[in-house]
Amino acid sequence: MTITSTYYLVLAAAIFTIGAVGLLIRRNVIVMFMCVELMLNAVNLTFVSFARELNDVRGQVLVFFTLVVAAAEVAVGLGIIVAIFRRRRGATADDLDLLRDGAP
Amino acid sequence: MTEVIFFVAAALALAGALGVVLMRNPVHSALWLVVTLVSVAIFFLQEQAELLAAVQIIVYAGAIVVLFLFVIMLLGVDREESLGDPIPFQRPAAIALGLILLTEVIFLAGHQWATGKPADALHTIRGGAADLGGNVERVARVLFTDFLWPFEITAALLVIAVVGSVVLARRSGQPPEGHGGEESEAGGASDREPGISARSERADSEVTDS
Repeated sequence: MTITSTYYLVLAAAIFTIGAVGLLIRRNVIVMFMCVELMLNAVNLTFVSFARELNDVRGQVLVFFTLVVAAAEVAVGLGIIVAIFRRRRGATADDLDLLRDGAP
Repeated sequence: MTEVIFFVAAALALAGALGVVLMRNPVHSALWLVVTLVSVAIFFLQEQAELLAAVQIIVYAGAIVVLFLFVIMLLGVDREESLGDPIPFQRPAAIALGLILLTEVIFLAGHQWATGKPADALHTIRGGAADLGGNVERVARVLFTDFLWPFEITAALLVIAVVGSVVLARRSGQPPEGHGGEESEAGGASDREPGISARSERADSEVTDS
């Protein structure tokens, strides 16, 4: 049996789904960020699979840009988290209701 | 042999992804994330993306996860979190939506028109027009010719992200002094942590005062 690209694509779909479900059910903002990283990694795996499938190295180059976006996102996102935690301790995503109508 | 490597790495990747979601301690989640990242690097090696495998280990496992752990330790959120559902029906709805998403994406991935004609397994990936040597040279040739303008934009994006994170980590109204924002800005993202931690400790003391 040979491992075709379909195996990689199905695996990437599974990792992406786990990341998406984790983003929905977790309350800790840092863990939610990790789930976003999981989804980005699944997309990277898809890019590399198609680069292999279509015999074109440009798919691998696109992964570089995804990496850069992920790094920038993590830097800014963790900056936001640090700024939020400085105001209120132990904040989960449910506690961040500053913009909500009638917030306590 | 490749089948064994694929299935072992796939099992590790899925276990790591589930561990990220299901662990109650954020530090354990970060460690499971490393398992998934290394497994994805193994897949990159299997699919002839050697440079990306190295970059994946260095950037993701070496920099991003360390940044996560820095923030977790800095904020002291490494305590157990109750996995209870604060909003009723949210978790079943999320899982049902996830299953629908998985079905959709697998349906798309399994189709012939999505995957196209499979390439010859022994054929190495070519890049650009020239016949170049290794994977690094191919990626570099394409990156610095076809993708030169996006590459430059990427540099601007990184500078904006560094400046933005420095601005976010600074307390508003704080005059730039000592090891303030300007030094961290010049040093890049890797030098952010000392400044942040020093300022954060100051912020903690002010929070307890007020």
